Amino acid sequence: MTEDTNPNFQESPDLKSVVEALLFASPEPISPSRLAALAGMGQDGGEITPTAIRQAVEELDGDYRLQGRAFEVSRIANGYRLQTRREYAPFIRKMFNPRRYSRLTHATLETLAIVAYKQPITKAEIEAIRGVSVDGVIKTLLDRELIKVLGQKEVLGRPYLYGTAQRFLEHFGLRSLGDLPILEEVGPSSPKRIETSSDLRKEPEFSAGAPEDQPEEAAEGKGETPEPRPDVE
Amino acid sequence: MESAPHQTVLEIFEGPLDLLLYLIRKNEVDIYDIPIQRITRQYLDYLNLMQLLDLDVAGEFISMAATLMYIKSRLLLPEDEREELEEEEDPRWELVKQLLEYRQFKSLSNELHRMEVRQENYFTRSQREPPPPPPAEEAVEEISIFILLDAFSRVLSEASARQPAEMAPDPFTQEDGRRRVLERVGSGGKVSFLTLFDRGEARTRMVVVFLALLHMIQQKILRVVQEGHFGEILIERLSTDDPEDPTPEET
Repeated sequence: MTEDTNPNFQESPDLKSVVEALLFASPEPISPSRLAALAGMGQDGGEITPTAIRQAVEELDGDYRLQGRAFEVSRIANGYRLQTRREYAPFIRKMFNPRRYSRLTHATLETLAIVAYKQPITKAEIEAIRGVSVDGVIKTLLDRELIKVLGQKEVLGRPYLYGTAQRFLEHFGLRSLGDLPILEEVGPSSPKRIETSSDLRKEPEFSAGAPEDQPEEAAEGKGETPEPRPDVE
Repeated sequence: MESAPHQTVLEIFEGPLDLLLYLIRKNEVDIYDIPIQRITRQYLDYLNLMQLLDLDVAGEFISMAATLMYIKSRLLLPEDEREELEEEEDPRWELVKQLLEYRQFKSLSNELHRMEVRQENYFTRSQREPPPPPPAEEAVEEISIFILLDAFSRVLSEASARQPAEMAPDPFTQEDGRRRVLERVGSGGKVSFLTLFDRGEARTRMVVVFLALLHMIQQKILRVVQEGHFGEILIERLSTDDPEDPTPEET
């Protein structure tokens, strides 16, 4: 079918179709304001409001659902994105080389989590939290456009300040940074009082070699069950 | 890309804080009341083992060891001198705060990972170019390196109980170690970590085998999984292509 024979083709196509076309052709999520600006060009002078865009998107998404189509419009990275529905993933996945899913490593994810919650943040500040150098990891994150340089900190050496990039929201399916899980306050304000350090009395000096537990030490562990280590699957 | 695999010093991508959290969990002690002497001793044991294996132990590990020793010395002050100490902060508190904050980000990164995996179910029309494969140095184990080190140190200490010393140089090369690991792991299914080592064989040989295993984990040829926390450690083959055995076409 060409545009000449399309019975629905009008002088000025309806907003829903314009939005659909824009979403279809865009390589990345489009914000409502940008959609409004782009869709407004073909209209006879009338301003298009973000509300109208939102309505059009909702209708479009509703149409897809009602018609049982394979698409949906997702709200992601401060905008809208046309994507396939979840149930078609197995078919599409087969089309691609599985190696394409290069997931982020623990080190990368940890650093990214710190940047996401503490931005803007310098490399030295990240290292203070992780306790290891993050040079290589920062480079990987920059290369993958998950973080970006936001500026430089006005301290000696003027180190770069990093923050998350738009691609970060896309990669994790977040609408905005406000969608991140809530950061809980860390612990009470002071540790338990130093006991008569029974710990220090009982123990023999450390011996090199096997880091095995001595049986007599086993009773020492106090009640609290530590959280499961997150990186052990 | 990978230069001279036989000389490559393996880097540890988990840091001193990971090791401390691991020890705290393994010992089932309260993070707010860390038995500093015991944890310090075990920490140093791991450090020694990593150095024995010639792993590239980052300076941060050494500096954390110094911090632990310092805290220990503060806690060891005689009672009367401790009086004034108790007025101030618990010497462990700085470290505890750091551990808690770090642990929080570890669990957040876990959450990010779940979100990442969930997101793999959605496709857009113009898929971005697949991102470049992560550089080899970035490869990460499925389980903590410390769990592996732990298991290996047990193998080693059992071996040392039975054999006094090795005199003659062992002709067993790194390539032999590599071949053995691949052979025993086979192509499908999982095998126990322990099957990689023979009873009563030389410790030096065990080290070679273990290092070969670590290399192949980093190259994502093998994967290590564990059945539940502190369960049996299993090795499985991840891919069949072996980047270290390319038969050079030219020359």
